[in-house]
Amino acid sequence: MTTFFVINGLLVVIAIILLLAEKFLITYGECSININGDRKIELMGGDNLLAYLNVHKIFIPSACGGKATCGFCKVKVLSGAGSILPTEEAYVTKKEAEEGMRLACQVKVKSDVEIQMPEYLLGAEEFQAEIADLTSVTHDIKVVKIKLSGSRTMSFNPGQYIQLKILGTDEYRAYSIASSSYVTDGLELIIRLVPGGLCSTYVHKALEKGDNIIFTGPFGDFYLREDSERDIIAIAGGCGMAPIRSIILHLAEKGMPRKFYYFFGARTTRDLFYTKWLREMEAKFPNFKYIPALSEPTPKDRWDGEVGFVTQVSEKYIDPDRDKEAYLCGPPPMIDAAIMTLTKRGIAPENIHYDKF
Amino acid sequence: MELHPLTIFVAAVFTHNIALTYLLGMCPLLAMSKQQSTATGMGIAVILVMVITAAINWALLHYILIPTGSAVMSYLVFIIVIASVVQLLEMLIEKFFPRLQSSFGIFLPLITVNCTILAISLFMVLRDYTFWQTIFFAFGSGVGWCLAITIIAAVREKMALVSDVPDGLKGAGITMVVAGILALAFMGFSGMVSVQ
Repeated sequence: MTTFFVINGLLVVIAIILLLAEKFLITYGECSININGDRKIELMGGDNLLAYLNVHKIFIPSACGGKATCGFCKVKVLSGAGSILPTEEAYVTKKEAEEGMRLACQVKVKSDVEIQMPEYLLGAEEFQAEIADLTSVTHDIKVVKIKLSGSRTMSFNPGQYIQLKILGTDEYRAYSIASSSYVTDGLELIIRLVPGGLCSTYVHKALEKGDNIIFTGPFGDFYLREDSERDIIAIAGGCGMAPIRSIILHLAEKGMPRKFYYFFGARTTRDLFYTKWLREMEAKFPNFKYIPALSEPTPKDRWDGEVGFVTQVSEKYIDPDRDKEAYLCGPPPMIDAAIMTLTKRGIAPENIHYDKF
Repeated sequence: MELHPLTIFVAAVFTHNIALTYLLGMCPLLAMSKQQSTATGMGIAVILVMVITAAINWALLHYILIPTGSAVMSYLVFIIVIASVVQLLEMLIEKFFPRLQSSFGIFLPLITVNCTILAISLFMVLRDYTFWQTIFFAFGSGVGWCLAITIIAAVREKMALVSDVPDGLKGAGITMVVAGILALAFMGFSGMVSVQ
């Protein structure tokens, strides 16, 4: 019995000491966050930058919920944040660190902070929406149709992405928008089931038609550059279909004014999808060409199209005499290979746009 | 014969180095020894927490737990004291030495589960040390651990510049090898003083 009281007494004393310490030691008072020099947020300090920006409806991409494990929430901090933390070093390159790049979730606001971020991030909003439809298009890919709640609309550039919140967690996952930018009251996502993946499992196994979801967006500097007349080369694999589809739909609306070569990489025919729609596009617009390439066709596939990695296949079709720009979306090794091939073929690096996932 | 606290100090630093002879505190030793500056910072934080917790734990054990017959709860109390001291220390450092805090970052809280800290409190019970023996033992062990991580960090920094480490050994692998060789080197001190 004595033991019981002694231990309890000790715990109470320790708890009181810690609470007193917190009360008297942790006070930061009023601080402010200055964004791009033209917007100022006043707040009581103590929490991290990402949390404050979220509270004030400024949504910057972040997937891990502020645990410094995704490295998406990069912002340029001009002053007031101290030096870079070891937890950030894995995600911020030396060059970025010199420019003041930090992970917003690791910057504790204790004094006035000045930050700089691209304008397009300030346009991102949070949306409530409803699942209008879920369809399996291949053995592991679902197309998710989303309808925005109420009468809200979202405008975006074809190729941009949104961040879908996984309900019940603080985590988000990024998905490119696959639908036309002319449709603003809803959107479509293409989501592949990643074994063990948190969000893809949630979408594939738990979500049903009519469920409510929350997402933020639009984000990203991967979008169709409309100020040029160049031929377009698009290379995609798997869910990389999504942003390219959005770009195709956008250009189709305008009558496909530019030459468009779309190379799509897959393993076997069971990984191909939207084939019928893409063939229809080909028939409708002489400027548009769809070239799927299979890397591991089986005899069962009865494949008479291109065989090999999509990047090698694309090389044959690239006409070196015409001015081109490229849009790449797919897994990192594919993108890296594609960038190498395309620069070798004389496309300037600033005309190669890509989205790695 | 009662050991002189200074003997215990020297033994804790060299002959019975907690990192290199007991192989305790390996996790931060491997993870934090990439850069000498962070390694030294971590080492100093460990010294600080070690001495403070050892002192508090000794006092609690001898003035509260043993007299009330509650020594059976000592592990629980030790762990809680360690966690609270780290928490308190973090708040104090954040308030008064913000620059130090940013260089410690996440590592100060991690000391909570650095097993060397608990080991000091357990050894002090096991070996029945007096207060001053405990303080010198804790201080010596801290210095010894700090010395070990600093040397390993220095070796790793140098290796990063000049060594051609095979792919399979990079990272933790080669650090274990370095720690092993360093432990062999420290064996050279044995015989200098003897405790236990």
